[in-house]
Amino acid sequence: MSSVTSRAHSLRQRGVFGANASDRVFRWGLFVFAASVLAIIVVLGYELAHASLPSMRHFGWRFLITSRWDPVHYVFGALPFVYGTLVSSFLALLIAVPIGLGAAVFLAELSPRWLRGPVSFLVELLAAVPSIVYGLWGIFVLLPALRPVQVWLGQHLGFLPLFQGPAYGIGMMAAGLILAIMVIPFITAVSREVLQAVPASQREAAYALGATRWEALRGPVFRYARAGILGAIILGLGRAVGETMAVTMVIGNRPDISLSLLSPSYTLASALANEFLEATVQIHTSALLELALILFAITVVINAIARAMLWSVSRGMAQGVRE
Amino acid sequence: MTSAPRRTRSRVWEAKRKAANGTMWIVACTATVAAVIPLVVILYYVAAHGLPALNIAFFTQLPKPPGETGGGMANAIVGTLVLVGLASAIGLPIGILGGVYLAEFGNNRFGWGVRFAADVLAGVPSIVIGILVWVIVVVPMHSFSALAGGVALGIMMIPTVMRTTEELVRLVPLSQREAALSLGATQWRTVFKVVLLAAKGGIITGVLLAVARIAGETAPLLLTTLGNSFWSTRLDRPIASLPLQIFQYAISPWDDWHAKAWAASLLLVLLITVLSIAARYVTRGRLRAVR
Amino acid sequence: MRSVWRSSWALVVVLSVLIAGCAREAQGPATGQLTLTGAGATFPYPLYSKWFSEYAKVNPQVRINYQSIGSGGGIQQLKAGTVDFGASDAPLSNEELKSMPGPVVHIPTVAGAVVIACNLPGGPDEVRLTPEIIGDIYLGDIKRWNDHRIAAANPGARLPDLPVVVAHRSDGSGTTYIFTHYLAAVRKAWADRVGAGKSVDWPVGIGGKGNEGVTGVVKQTPGGIGYVELAYAVQNSLASARVRNAAGNFVKPTLSTTQAAASGAAEAMKKDVRVSIVNAKAADAYPIAGFTYLLVYRDQANRAKGEALVKFLDWAIHDGQRLAEPLLYAALPPDIVIIDEAALRTIRFQGKPLLEK
Repeated sequence: MSSVTSRAHSLRQRGVFGANASDRVFRWGLFVFAASVLAIIVVLGYELAHASLPSMRHFGWRFLITSRWDPVHYVFGALPFVYGTLVSSFLALLIAVPIGLGAAVFLAELSPRWLRGPVSFLVELLAAVPSIVYGLWGIFVLLPALRPVQVWLGQHLGFLPLFQGPAYGIGMMAAGLILAIMVIPFITAVSREVLQAVPASQREAAYALGATRWEALRGPVFRYARAGILGAIILGLGRAVGETMAVTMVIGNRPDISLSLLSPSYTLASALANEFLEATVQIHTSALLELALILFAITVVINAIARAMLWSVSRGMAQGVRE
Repeated sequence: MTSAPRRTRSRVWEAKRKAANGTMWIVACTATVAAVIPLVVILYYVAAHGLPALNIAFFTQLPKPPGETGGGMANAIVGTLVLVGLASAIGLPIGILGGVYLAEFGNNRFGWGVRFAADVLAGVPSIVIGILVWVIVVVPMHSFSALAGGVALGIMMIPTVMRTTEELVRLVPLSQREAALSLGATQWRTVFKVVLLAAKGGIITGVLLAVARIAGETAPLLLTTLGNSFWSTRLDRPIASLPLQIFQYAISPWDDWHAKAWAASLLLVLLITVLSIAARYVTRGRLRAVR
Repeated sequence: MRSVWRSSWALVVVLSVLIAGCAREAQGPATGQLTLTGAGATFPYPLYSKWFSEYAKVNPQVRINYQSIGSGGGIQQLKAGTVDFGASDAPLSNEELKSMPGPVVHIPTVAGAVVIACNLPGGPDEVRLTPEIIGDIYLGDIKRWNDHRIAAANPGARLPDLPVVVAHRSDGSGTTYIFTHYLAAVRKAWADRVGAGKSVDWPVGIGGKGNEGVTGVVKQTPGGIGYVELAYAVQNSLASARVRNAAGNFVKPTLSTTQAAASGAAEAMKKDVRVSIVNAKAADAYPIAGFTYLLVYRDQANRAKGEALVKFLDWAIHDGQRLAEPLLYAALPPDIVIIDEAALRTIRFQGKPLLEK
């Protein structure tokens, strides 16, 4: 691949490209379209920062650690939302990572060829189901099914702070479960690609030494794929953090910090969906936009880390191939 | 350790290795089943609750006031089609042409900046994009509108289309480009007539996948289109759409509306499944040869 | 390859036709049809929805698209200028009026009752609640339905041993405004700790979006309790509690008790239509009730839209009122209709009143 572009460069350097005016116009036209993507991100960052200035000036750093959200007394704080977002996402990962990785291993290593296509299509379809449909299913199927489970958990494991409080059905547990289902296909798809990109030579060398499939996987394959799999997991985290509709419909919309998985909670995205059109006082709107800025920053950082890990894997692969 | 004879030791060890391998098989298969079960369950419920509520009225009539039975979601179906069309008109040119730029001229710092921006955009939550469009389109226009919704969805399409286009254009062999150039074609002619044609399958796949993704998006539409109880395809007016309608109906208390929400979900899932299958079909022979 | 070209051209043609069609419509309605957009309160949504659907038949030239996003949303979108009118059960405070870009006229349209809906499987059909009990439930002090305080108000009734699942609004709501004003009036602890408004810092409870959302939560959660407009509770067969009013009677929320609460307001409305009717003094008045308002700018920017708006409002306060009672909203007493007519005459375009009467 690199040979193609380097030769293209040399063609350009030889002055073959861009010789006509029409080609120059062409190149500039394309440039504008490409640059518009940069422009969108810059405008987004600017608008969010600009609109949250009043809130930032008023509350300062305390905004990040205040746990009250009180529109009557104009006291706003991001902590309950950040807590809800991070806890629901980590809960989702706790469930999605073992399942997603297991499925990726199955698809990449173990599955017979005829099964691979249909199964990977099914997993892809899970990613294609819209969030709103997950939410609808969540309200009418998951929540009623979850309530007796939560009652049982409260009765038998209620001494743990994790399972205290009334069993609403609605709450952190439901949100974590739905997010897990939504994140599994991402982890599976990316991990599977990473596993498949491990050069065959590594596996073959391990088998030649008498390793079982598991030992080959655990050893050389995993060492190669480690960074990529971590990148896949972090990508899944990024998806979970930004998820809005399904979470809004099952999480309970209560800006509270509680250790119990049975209690209702609130995420950054849900707060924005519920309150954005309705904030009538400027400080309320500004506080909401500061929440949007925080959410934006979190997702940018998470995605940057994930991409960096995945990019380092592909670079490592290329180097490995050249060896 | 030294007391047992060597043969027994190695047999124990062999058994342990076999057991470990077997456990991996079991765990991986269980995980795969666990990954697929939710899909089957969701599809079952969507079909079971949605099919009974799909009738002619659903496709042809406007919604009735809450509490009354009957009516349909015809305006929402049309609305979704309009929004997808608008989004494509905005997102496809930027995505495809931007991807071509990255593939042909993008090996510099600017190109890497654009790639990074596209990755960031892919990760931005859809509600934040809705907020952006509310600020830059809805407020200046003094109206919720189909245009604002189309812009929001179009922005969301860009990263997928751009990434796919760039990858596919890069894969077109240089020999094809050189052949066109040697025949006297200008660069832009080369790109449009030769390169894009060669890459068209993959690009179409990218487009279909991007459309499948945005067809079901709700959060940006909440803040940009408002919704409409009547027929409307005007670009500067609020417009109904399937995902938004599903949301409003799902959180409402009326059973008739719940049934309609299931039916609309069934429609959406069917649409997206068809698009996904089409995307796979287009590339079925292609990428395997490349790999 | 040819088929791909053909299908791509087909796609381009379809897209262009779609967009050309939209663009042509965007240039202005060919048939003279006007569309108005309104947003706001979910409290009167069942009635408003019926109104706009009926009015489209009465006056086919005008279509009014109303979306229920909550009273706070109605006010905010009116302020941002993205809708032609707003709807809110919470009237604008003087502060809020000052922050609007122009003077706003409040038109009270109907009155409704905020009922306390309960989901008590195996419990009595009509739970009796005192103001203190309601306050304590929403403060989080009463956690189970068979609490002695509830039992004391319901002698002889079998109350299930379920946890009380409190539901409130997650969005900026006029219904919340009415309910929290009531709680602040009857329970000092509430006034001190929480206060009143469209959006408050609730001590306990799950948030639902709109009256629809709260009704949904209560309907689906055994042990649920929530404050919703009467039409929502009745249409969804939810039991409503009998609430003890200022005169000491346990009153059921019905059309007549709502009317009793609304009828005493006409005098006060002559000075300012933004009147609260919670805890009304009449013997059979339901204590948690309120008027709901349509909000329009006094100085309209567009003549055609302004005329259409005023004509609709005129229809709403006269002919539209007969649609209110079947949906259990209290129609405006005649005195208030007169006040509304006067308010309508103040709405003008370029200085001249829009309503010809």
